[in-house]
Amino acid sequence: MAGGISRRLYGPRGWAILALCSIAIFVVMPLLNLAVPAHSPFHVSAYWVTLFGKIMCYAIVAVALDLVWGYAGILSLGHGLFFALGGYAFGMYLMRQIGSDGQYRQPMPDFMVFLDWKEFPWQWWNSDSFLWCAMLVVVVPGLLAYVFGYFAFRSRVKGVYLSIITQALTFAAMLLFFRNATGFGGNNGFTDFRRILDIPIATPQTRMALFAITGATLIGTLLLARWLTTSRFGRVLAAIRDAEQRVMFCGYDTVHYKLFVWTLSAVICGIAGALYVPQVGIINPGEMSPANSIEIAIWVAVGGRGTLVGPILGAGLVNGAKSFFTQAFPEYWLFALGLIFILVTLFLPHGVMGLLKKRA
Amino acid sequence: MRILLIGLSWLVASGALALDAATVNKLGFGDGDEKIAAIAALVAEGDPAAAALLQAAMDGELQVAGKRVLIVKREGAVDAATGAKVSPLPEGREDVIFNNRLRRELGGALAALWLISPDRAVRLAAAKELTGNADEAMLPLIKKALAKETDAGVKQLLELTQASLELKTGAKESRLGAVRTLGQSTNPNTKMLLLAILEKNKEGVFTEPDEDIRIEAQKSLRELEARLAWGERAGVLFTSVSLGSVLLLAALGLAITYGLMGVINMAHGELIMVGAYTTYVVQNLFKRTEFFDWYPLAAVPASFLVAAAVGMALERLVIRWLYGRPLETLLATWGISLMLIQTVRTIFGAANVQVENPAFMSGGIELFTGVVMPWSRIYIIAFAALVLFLMYCLLTKTRLGLFVRGVTQNRAMASCVGVPTARVDTWAFGLGSGIAGLAGCALSQIDNVGPNLGQNYIVDSFMVVVLGGVGQLAGTVYAALGLGFANKLLEAWQGAVLAKIAVLVFIIFFIQKRPQGMFALKGRALDA
Repeated sequence: MAGGISRRLYGPRGWAILALCSIAIFVVMPLLNLAVPAHSPFHVSAYWVTLFGKIMCYAIVAVALDLVWGYAGILSLGHGLFFALGGYAFGMYLMRQIGSDGQYRQPMPDFMVFLDWKEFPWQWWNSDSFLWCAMLVVVVPGLLAYVFGYFAFRSRVKGVYLSIITQALTFAAMLLFFRNATGFGGNNGFTDFRRILDIPIATPQTRMALFAITGATLIGTLLLARWLTTSRFGRVLAAIRDAEQRVMFCGYDTVHYKLFVWTLSAVICGIAGALYVPQVGIINPGEMSPANSIEIAIWVAVGGRGTLVGPILGAGLVNGAKSFFTQAFPEYWLFALGLIFILVTLFLPHGVMGLLKKRA
Repeated sequence: MRILLIGLSWLVASGALALDAATVNKLGFGDGDEKIAAIAALVAEGDPAAAALLQAAMDGELQVAGKRVLIVKREGAVDAATGAKVSPLPEGREDVIFNNRLRRELGGALAALWLISPDRAVRLAAAKELTGNADEAMLPLIKKALAKETDAGVKQLLELTQASLELKTGAKESRLGAVRTLGQSTNPNTKMLLLAILEKNKEGVFTEPDEDIRIEAQKSLRELEARLAWGERAGVLFTSVSLGSVLLLAALGLAITYGLMGVINMAHGELIMVGAYTTYVVQNLFKRTEFFDWYPLAAVPASFLVAAAVGMALERLVIRWLYGRPLETLLATWGISLMLIQTVRTIFGAANVQVENPAFMSGGIELFTGVVMPWSRIYIIAFAALVLFLMYCLLTKTRLGLFVRGVTQNRAMASCVGVPTARVDTWAFGLGSGIAGLAGCALSQIDNVGPNLGQNYIVDSFMVVVLGGVGQLAGTVYAALGLGFANKLLEAWQGAVLAKIAVLVFIIFFIQKRPQGMFALKGRALDA
């Protein structure tokens, strides 16, 4: 049975590539970063570990968006919101872990001391518990996506209309989180984390552990998504993408199919956000800006929609290019990104994966 | 600060100095109370030399040396009493110090003196300065100024000040009159004065012993509050219509392009920005000529043409190739918007640029104190109405409009009967983009012009289009005005950010109920 599933997911070559990637993430990177001395040319510095960790978080989000866009035909321009919500939920816990080590040496987070708040607002209830916050990471984006999706799919909002209202949703949330009164640090968001599970967060070991967890989550997400999309459920989903009315008239309740995959996608984004925050060390409402969410879509488009592996490649390529450009020619990055948007949509409808397939 | 500057220019124009030496000496050498007495005496003299002296004192230019009081300016020093030039400067000068209490006195005194300036703007500014911080000692001066005053606006302000002063001191009759005058005011500050009359002290006894005055004050207060409430309503109404017209301008072009081709043009906001920057360039061309005030006449067509050209190029180069793939079009146009933003940043810099209003658009009509209708906004409302009218004519009376409507309603059928749909697309896209450019031209008059201008409007204009539905101008108009009102009403109640969030959430729910907007074309398709 297990063999059957593994054959269904990937062929021998696929599994081999996946194994190589796992070795790179779980063995090579830790060795090069922790065991190889800093002066050696083979040493991988903390900068690269954080950068790769960040890109892997983005890759998880890209896979999540590919699930809804590539397989159900729903282009969300608000996935950054779910990502940021997960980040904020986990950020609350990290803020509580700072304890009294903040600038003001008070048990409350600095921004609350600064605003002269005497007690935690209701959103922060139980936020010093790791498990509670880990649960929020899953529940908050999931619940929001469920409620939003329920209404949207039930009234058959689709296409560009759905894209636009998801954009409005993330825009509204961004405005909300910019307010100090919302209770999440306003403009500055959360930063200056010290510890996670009482372990100092800035040590190489913690960084590596977070990196490895992110890598495991990415691989897990990929396999889960692959399993889902190759199942009967996945076939119904693709049918909905291609001809929703026919599927409806065949007797399927398309709303539930879409709703499930939509909520799952949001939850995965939330988890990615929670992994992103401790590695990057900051979360602020800028993550919810509509521009960020559109960028997620372009990762997927660059890699190739409906391929799952493609979006991971796309997230890596676009973010790699971004890191390169913003260091080498900061003023040209927007030109490059804009060109990517235009060229990929015009000339690469199937993304990089399409190119690779054509070659093969 | 403005009042000081205006006043100063008047002072410079006035004649030589000659003042009572004793008073001047008191101002220079006396203690606090003597200085106040000296200020009062100078005000009573009411001549420009006194005003110049007080202004110098205000600006910290008054110094004493030996027994003389000097006004020391950068260009040289004069004797404060005689006005004679003093050079070289004597040794051992000391600044005359005016503490905050004295500075307050000085400010009031200067305002009182400016009341008799021949320049209306100076008098108006001075009268405004005096409302609320006049001093009983100025009452005679204000009366004198009132007797001579011819301008209605200044007169009204002065009468108010006079009434508030008389309320404190005068006989019963004059106080009753004062209370009545206060009731005619439109200034929110007078409310405090009236409320003070009606106050009770700790024992529950009215602080104002005279009942007649209390009754009169009650009546005046009611009148005043009613008038202020109307003023506020008028203010909200005006800002709502103003916001609505801005939204309308921003969304009209989008409604055409979206209605026609079913694609969301994410670069629409940047076309607005292109229009605004075109206005900026045109304004710069006119800057050194004497025709500066006429630059909008050139800027309006220029911004239309430039934005339309950009839009048509976009349609030809990118959007045309993405037919039937609306989601990809959305992404591609987003890419275009990023490139346009960066282009503008590269050419004009990342900072905002300054677009100056022509003279006829600066200033405004003051309905009530605090409720000003700026001319720029009034013109924009008119401009939006004009653009709307022209659009209406174009869509209903011309051949192009007929084609555009035909393609919007049923592309395949229009094509079958011989409408050149591809060409119509290009022209309509150019038209929509040109209107975006017009919106940018209008926005440059009231908003900051910077590379991010478009981003600030894109979400709003989508909301208008989504709310209004596609294919009819009426939907866009109602949606724009409705959103303007909703935004401003909620804003007055809950603040700007929450208002915006509430409106967005409302639209999200509205779309669930009516996915095709308020004014959708009726059809039988399940997939619209």
